[in-house]
Amino acid sequence: MSEPTQQDVRRIAEEARGRVRFEEEALDLSDQVYRVARHLVGSREEAEDLMQETYARAFRSWRTFTPGTNLRAWLLRILTNLNIDRGRRQQRAPQTTSLDEKGDYYLYDRLEEAEGKPLDEERVIERLSQDSIVDALAEVPHDFRDVLVLVDIGDFSYADTAQILDIPIGTVMSRLHRARRILKGELAEEAVK
Amino acid sequence: MTGYAFDPCAKCEELMQPYLDRELDEVQVREAEEHLERCSYCRRRYRFEVSLRRYVRTAMSEEMPPQLKERLSALRTPLH
Repeated sequence: MSEPTQQDVRRIAEEARGRVRFEEEALDLSDQVYRVARHLVGSREEAEDLMQETYARAFRSWRTFTPGTNLRAWLLRILTNLNIDRGRRQQRAPQTTSLDEKGDYYLYDRLEEAEGKPLDEERVIERLSQDSIVDALAEVPHDFRDVLVLVDIGDFSYADTAQILDIPIGTVMSRLHRARRILKGELAEEAVK
Repeated sequence: MTGYAFDPCAKCEELMQPYLDRELDEVQVREAEEHLERCSYCRRRYRFEVSLRRYVRTAMSEEMPPQLKERLSALRTPLH
């Protein structure tokens, strides 16, 4: 075998630097990725497994990432694909309770009705416990919840969310709309009990 | 019933989510804001929505366990 040329050595060194940089950037984003992952699956253990699989795959296929594009979205694309592949998502038919057909102002109107007077928008939130929010989110069917989690917790744009989940942007908007209505419907029931 | 064929509050409700998601174009943003300036009903509900979103985000925020961070770091390619 011939000796590597100086050019080969430079190329290998450059690639190693690129890889290290990529891995560091991906790790820097892991807290943000975890916050989203945690609510795409049912338990902390599942979220941890999914994170490890995601990072193992990301590190293996780092060359397919285009520098300068959104790395956080790229990582979440891997994560949501793995989540679907592993069949961890308990498929449930989307619920069509009457709650999710209520308008966007439903929760506010119900709380105001219960109070019997116009509400202080900030204080009324205190009627909702943090646990009730976590429980209400668990009631949102998966396909709707994925969109809600990516937009509201991950702070992704509609376009990024569409790309991560590989669905049209119009579907992102309609699922998001329904997810929020279902969530608020669940919270309304809880809050005025 | 106002007698108008077009209900501005219904329109405002329709714009609320994309407005708060910063997904409206300039014309639509102006349309939403002009209505909000005039309509205290919608304004209160927008404010409520903003607080609710903040609250949901806080409730959902869960820090990554430090051991997981270590496990992820260990997946890095070893340097030779």
